[in-house]
Amino acid sequence: MAGEKRVCLSGMGVTKIFGFGRTRTVAVDHVDFKFHEGEVVSIVGESGSGKTTLAKILLGLINPTEGEIYFQGQKRDIRTHRKKQEYWKNIQAIFQDPFSSYNIFRKIDSVLMDCIHMRGGRWLPHAKKVEMMAEACRFVNLKFEELTNKYPFELSGGQMQRLMIARIFLLKPKILLADEPTSMIDACSRATILDYLMDLRNAIGMTLIFITHDIGLAYYVSDTVYIMERGRFVEYGSADEVILRPKQAYTRRLISDVPKIYEEWDLSTV
Amino acid sequence: MRHTLRQIFRSGKFVVGFSIFMMILLIVIVYPLVVTHPPLEIIGQGTFFPPGIYVSTYDAINAPTTYMLNLTDAAAKRVANKLKNEDRLAMKEWMVAAGVPESEIDIADTESLLTLWKRHYDPNKRMEGMTFARLRYYQRVNAAIEGLLSTEAAIIAAKNRETGALEEVSAVKQTDYVNISEVANVRVLALGTDNFGRDVLTELVRATGVSLQIGFVAGLIATLIGLTLGLLAGYIGGLVDDVIMFFTNLFTVIPGFVLLILISFSIGQDKRGAFTIATVIGLTSWVWTTRAVRAQVMSLRNRDHVNLSKLSGHSIPYIILTDILPYIASYVVMALILQISSGILAEAGLSILGLGPRTTEVPTLGLMMNWAMIYQAPILGKWWAYLPVLVTIALITFSMNLMNTGLDQVFNPALRD
Ligand SMILES: Nc1ncnc2c1ncn2[C@@H]1O[C@H](COP(=O)(O)OP(=O)(O)O)[C@@H](O)[C@H]1O
Ligand SMILES: [Mg+2]
Repeated sequence: MAGEKRVCLSGMGVTKIFGFGRTRTVAVDHVDFKFHEGEVVSIVGESGSGKTTLAKILLGLINPTEGEIYFQGQKRDIRTHRKKQEYWKNIQAIFQDPFSSYNIFRKIDSVLMDCIHMRGGRWLPHAKKVEMMAEACRFVNLKFEELTNKYPFELSGGQMQRLMIARIFLLKPKILLADEPTSMIDACSRATILDYLMDLRNAIGMTLIFITHDIGLAYYVSDTVYIMERGRFVEYGSADEVILRPKQAYTRRLISDVPKIYEEWDLSTV
Repeated sequence: MRHTLRQIFRSGKFVVGFSIFMMILLIVIVYPLVVTHPPLEIIGQGTFFPPGIYVSTYDAINAPTTYMLNLTDAAAKRVANKLKNEDRLAMKEWMVAAGVPESEIDIADTESLLTLWKRHYDPNKRMEGMTFARLRYYQRVNAAIEGLLSTEAAIIAAKNRETGALEEVSAVKQTDYVNISEVANVRVLALGTDNFGRDVLTELVRATGVSLQIGFVAGLIATLIGLTLGLLAGYIGGLVDDVIMFFTNLFTVIPGFVLLILISFSIGQDKRGAFTIATVIGLTSWVWTTRAVRAQVMSLRNRDHVNLSKLSGHSIPYIILTDILPYIASYVVMALILQISSGILAEAGLSILGLGPRTTEVPTLGLMMNWAMIYQAPILGKWWAYLPVLVTIALITFSMNLMNTGLDQVFNPALRD
């Protein structure tokens, strides 16, 4: 299945080392990967295995110590600010902690307005912009009239994360990196966030790179799964392959760590 | 914003510091409107007149109305003013030495003491072992008590223009009083005069204003430089950081105050205006603001809200101004307050060394200290020439540090109780 589709993002020997000497940490250790257009890829690993670091490398927010990244078949070039801006029209992210993802001094309107401007809508009439923002909010079941002139910290964690999805709705990137988007919010909101994320993927047909420590969740959403242990990809393949027939002890441990309820709910439905 | 302000003004320390500072500021602004004397006018002939109300003797005698008051303790006070207790003891000592029986002398009874003294005192008699200075002292006491108990009026006489003879104009009785509000010339010198005979209080208020301005300019310059360099070094990093940190380290190794002394010295006396000094202080004290801002920025630049801003396509200047600066604004305000107060102290230190602003136009707190030191006010016990200056410097620094501690408690959650 994967072979027929075009590769949109791939990497060879990608490595990130923090610090020197005693404080030296190899956060990402020579990983190779190929993400295909339109698929949902999960990167699963326990906390501290280097998932966020890899995500930031993929986003171009930090430079890898070693290795190459290829974007749409070509070596990624984001050396100038202009090229970075161009790259970020294609790849966007939702971060783990919604409470620290927003600038507390800027209103919600300006967060959404930035997205319209980034898509070249700077000169649109104001009414049109408001209509676009309202539509994006409606998509995640928020009311723009209630959000306008408010600050992000006045919202709940779940609402903030939904606003993040609304942001992606406006930006319509080719690739979305979601770094544990549900881990910091209350359990009730998790399922809805996940649903909106999947709806959005279907609506704009983007590639979704889903980062999680919960292998049950990965199984539930993804086509392809990469298992990450201490900076390395120890196993990868289709979701069924990896989770139903795990080869590595680490993967088996991750599966056994999933609470029983998930196991019954997910694995018994196959 | 309003919430933060309310929180700040709920901090006791900040409010106390702020009140003291505002009081000083208010005095500096209002005082010159009420008292319009030039602050550096030399009014006293002689040095270090003690604090008090100075009434023109001439105008008091020539006051339009004289009032008669019969006050029972007036005579006693008049005597006490001229004949102190130690004088009485000395008189007793002399008389005992001269052979008067000790039991006969009652130093509390002025009248009998004076009669006894008149009867026995001989200005030329030198007791055994008495120094010449002591002899003179007794002669002086004797002269002072001459006519002490007299109830006669004092005669005011004027010279006759033709003959040059004295003619009585009026007599001032002991029961004559003038109302001070009818005396044409009264000058309140609440803090006396300094070594040049200038009104210390008026000078002090002006000096406080100038010192605050110096501190403000110096603090603003230091903070602006420190903030700019800290933001650039912390956010951009790499080569920019290396170059900035090289200069910062260079300035850290050479102590700021030494540099300040060298620069002030090389500028030369006649070019050292108050604002030149302020600029020099600012230019030599930005180092620690740079370091502190850089450290703060470095911890901020990897935060997710900055990442999100980057992903939204914002430029580096925009990110620095909207995603970094507001987050460190409270910190920068605190740094500014500290820089202002240390600027005031730096000026004072420099002036005490004689390297402060040139002395002809404006006083500063440091210059006042310098003058008081040169003319040995502390040794001579002329406290009014230096103590109020020290108290003012202490109050300004204290109030600013208090404001800072208050702000720190509001902005630094770890310190909040
Ligand atoms: N900026 C950094 N400086 C130093 N070490 C870091 C930095 N970011 C992450 N690390 C280290 O890299 C490792 C992987 O971290 P991270 O990518 O956040 O893991 P995960 O997202 O899987 O929990 C951790 O050991 C972490 O301490
Ligand atoms: Mg993480």
